[in-house]
Amino acid sequence: MIGLWSVPLLFALPLSLGILSLLVVPAWRPRLIFIGLPLLVAASLDVLAGLATIGPHVYRLGDWAAPLGINLVVDGLAVGMILMTTLVTSLCALYAWVYLRDHPTSTTFFWPLLWFLWAGMNGIWLAEEIFNLYVGLEVMGLAAVGMVALRATPQALAAAMRYLLAALLGSLAYLLGVALLYGAYGTLSMAGLQEVAANNATTQVALALIILGLLLKTALFPLHAWLPPAHGGALTPVSALLSALVIKASFYILLRFWLVLGPEITPEFTAQFLGVLGAGAVFYGGWMAWRQHHLKQLVAYSTVAQIGYLFLFFPLVTNTGPEAQRLAWDGTLMMLIAHALAKAALFLSAGNLILAVGSPQISHLVGISRFRPMSLFSFGLAGVSLMGLPPSGGFTAKWLLLHSAILSGQWWWLIVLFLGGLLSAAYIFKVFRMSFREGPQIDRSVTPPLTLDVTALILASAAILIGLTAHLPLHWLRLGSVFGVS
Amino acid sequence: MDWNSLILLGVLATSLVASGVIFLLAESRLVLRTVVNLTAAVLKLVLVGWIVWGVYQAIEYEFRFTIIEGVDFILRADALGIMFVGLSSLLWLFTTIYAIGYLEKAPNRSRFFGFFSLCVASTVGIALAGNLFTFLLFYELLTLSTYPLVVHRGTRESLRAGQVYLYYTLGGGALLLFGVVALHVLIGDTEFVPGGSLAGLDPSLHPMLIIIFLMMVIGLGVKAALFPLHAWLPMAMVAPAPVSALLHAVAVVKAGAFGIARVVYDVYGIEFAQSLGLLMPLAVVASITIIYGSLRALAQTDLKKRLAFSTVSQVSYIVLGISLFGPIGAVGGLMHLLHQGLMKITLFFCAGNYAETLGVHKISELDGAGERMPATSVAFTLGAFGMIGIPPMAGFISKWYLGIGALEAQMNWVLGILILSSLLNAAYFLPILYRIWFRKRDRMWCEGKVLGRFETQASLLFPTLFTAAVALAAGILAGMPFSPLYWAELIVGREYLQ
Repeated sequence: MIGLWSVPLLFALPLSLGILSLLVVPAWRPRLIFIGLPLLVAASLDVLAGLATIGPHVYRLGDWAAPLGINLVVDGLAVGMILMTTLVTSLCALYAWVYLRDHPTSTTFFWPLLWFLWAGMNGIWLAEEIFNLYVGLEVMGLAAVGMVALRATPQALAAAMRYLLAALLGSLAYLLGVALLYGAYGTLSMAGLQEVAANNATTQVALALIILGLLLKTALFPLHAWLPPAHGGALTPVSALLSALVIKASFYILLRFWLVLGPEITPEFTAQFLGVLGAGAVFYGGWMAWRQHHLKQLVAYSTVAQIGYLFLFFPLVTNTGPEAQRLAWDGTLMMLIAHALAKAALFLSAGNLILAVGSPQISHLVGISRFRPMSLFSFGLAGVSLMGLPPSGGFTAKWLLLHSAILSGQWWWLIVLFLGGLLSAAYIFKVFRMSFREGPQIDRSVTPPLTLDVTALILASAAILIGLTAHLPLHWLRLGSVFGVS
Repeated sequence: MDWNSLILLGVLATSLVASGVIFLLAESRLVLRTVVNLTAAVLKLVLVGWIVWGVYQAIEYEFRFTIIEGVDFILRADALGIMFVGLSSLLWLFTTIYAIGYLEKAPNRSRFFGFFSLCVASTVGIALAGNLFTFLLFYELLTLSTYPLVVHRGTRESLRAGQVYLYYTLGGGALLLFGVVALHVLIGDTEFVPGGSLAGLDPSLHPMLIIIFLMMVIGLGVKAALFPLHAWLPMAMVAPAPVSALLHAVAVVKAGAFGIARVVYDVYGIEFAQSLGLLMPLAVVASITIIYGSLRALAQTDLKKRLAFSTVSQVSYIVLGISLFGPIGAVGGLMHLLHQGLMKITLFFCAGNYAETLGVHKISELDGAGERMPATSVAFTLGAFGMIGIPPMAGFISKWYLGIGALEAQMNWVLGILILSSLLNAAYFLPILYRIWFRKRDRMWCEGKVLGRFETQASLLFPTLFTAAVALAAGILAGMPFSPLYWAELIVGREYLQ
């Protein structure tokens, strides 16, 4: 039946490919993507078809009922995340296939780690029980740490170590919260919690721990310090995957918790507080991005800033009208997806620019617009979305969030969106300014292989296009949530 | 989807596709690039001509699709929009020919022409936008696509100018965005309808509407170079001459003035705007800009700088005409949208010819230029006469209608502004003409380029002469069908009859 065979494949397949890639000779490891990518793309599309035909549903693994078996949620939100992951990861994998030819030592472990990362992410998107979410977080987190360490320089190892500590601390806090909830209510299922959870001290402490752990993993200001060295210092395809997808997974779990417990249990104060932290992230991250001299560090700090927008969701949906809530939901998810596409494109094209000039310094990009217009063009398209300028996904998201902020009468978030947009323009144009300056008259820069430029361009174009066709994905994403028909 | 909506997409697509193709062409593919450029420009002109005829016969052209719930992307050709499209596609053709000659052997031409086409695509989008959302979309796209042109030379000075341009336009764009979102919250999708759609709102919302108007006009005023938001325009003069033509005549400042016309006529509605008391302050700001721009122009010694401040002043005639409550003033303002474009592009082409052929940038070096380059100098003289408002030039017709419109709106003080401004225009243009025609050059011209048969390259000379001729014809033949005057009356007939 359509849409049912493929649900478990989404994490079973990458998991088995990960194990398989450890068994084959290193030279064969990259080639596994030519088996894996088509299968995963087909599976993702099939899950979408399933959503379209039978609507949001719960898939029982092996047909075992809940406490014994594992339940998988196939609703609009999950399917949206799966499609986003498939698109971004596939393109990053193609990029890596070419890019890693110059990094023979890294390629040994990149491929197994990529498959485990993918399995972990898909597991998170689909999981219904809070403990399974924890398992997904750990699989994904450890694979991500391993990928940061691939470069094997002292800096990369230090960054990976910091990332490991942050990730472990985060999942530990989360696990503690899960244990408290399980102790109090005897259930791990989200749906079960929704029925029995009461607003008492245990729940509040548990939720506080869960939120804290997830904030640390999402790198929300001021818990972001681990992110720039890890994302900025990693190999380019790794940076793209981590910034585009991995940090979204912990935010996604937060969103899931909010969907089942939020409206009653997250008080106004917490919501506003999360919004304020988000605002802090937008300002601090934007300011720091503007001050960077290394291109990839700039892009990494831009992630710190953009995460902040996602957290405006909480104040915009707490104690506001249904219309403002729906707009906030749409806006946040649009922001999340647009950022995933644009940030992956930005990292990949930044990697291409660095390959071209042979230096990570922004000041060495002088005159590059003349010689490598295509790499710069992808960078520009992605930048348009990050600045929130039309026509792009980032703009549509900003429009929806502005609309929601005005409608709910919380005008102070307008200032965040206003200044945040200008700050991101400042750091994006910092790169452009350098590239337009007339420099050397002779082309001494390296030409990146075409695959590298094309993958970046596809992602950047997707970030633009999704803004123009936002109607459809937003409609799907609402399926099965409180904002759409079930 | 029927032909009438496809043809609208076609107008947009000609320059959009051209831009994409040109980006992909290698720097050395000169011939192919030129062919793509000119084919697209001519094709667009034909399509626009077709639509102009259709709009004249009141045929509806519309294309729309839903972006998000409650927000549509709408392209629609109405009389006001198609006038702006007509202007920019006509001038695009000539600016392209001019730019091909001007940038011969210069580096980065693929990038230049790619963004140039993108600019024109954005301008067409602005003109054809059927609601505020679509307008905003293309308005910001215009900002993004002009930046690479402003910094094209890649010198420290042009990068600085580009930075200032961004400060102003991105800030203004953000304010405009707020205004548009706020209107959406109040009334939903804000489509442009003659007579506006806000008059029926509850009176308790009127203070809010005034604030929204203010935000939108500031956002649009940045591009229209209204005082005190004009500083970017003279700085942007460091860009090559075709870019100046684009900024001053084809696209950017016009987009701002056009946007103000849209907001006043088709969002608020002229009568509602009047009843909110919004027109008077707008007229005052426009008047201040007119006088201020002229005074600053007087003080400039650089030819292009003087022309730039002259634009600051002249574009505000359009805004002034919009803010005069009454059909005749509106005709004057809307007609000036075309007139100013034709005259100013001629003047900038001439300035470019002088600079390219004779290496002259300062006004003081123009002595005797009329003898050396008679055709260019005649074109310059026609443009300058038009700007001063000497009959029967186009500028005179604009000023005449503005004056009558001011009397009709019982704002007699505007007459004083018009007279003062004409005197100032004369004061900064006539000395240039005197130098060109009546002073003798005391040394040899240092000439830069091999020129061919004419006084300068043919690709520089003929666009200049053509735009000068059109500007002249717009004045002399103002009474004929399809003249700017005729079309402005058609628009006002449709807007005011609502």
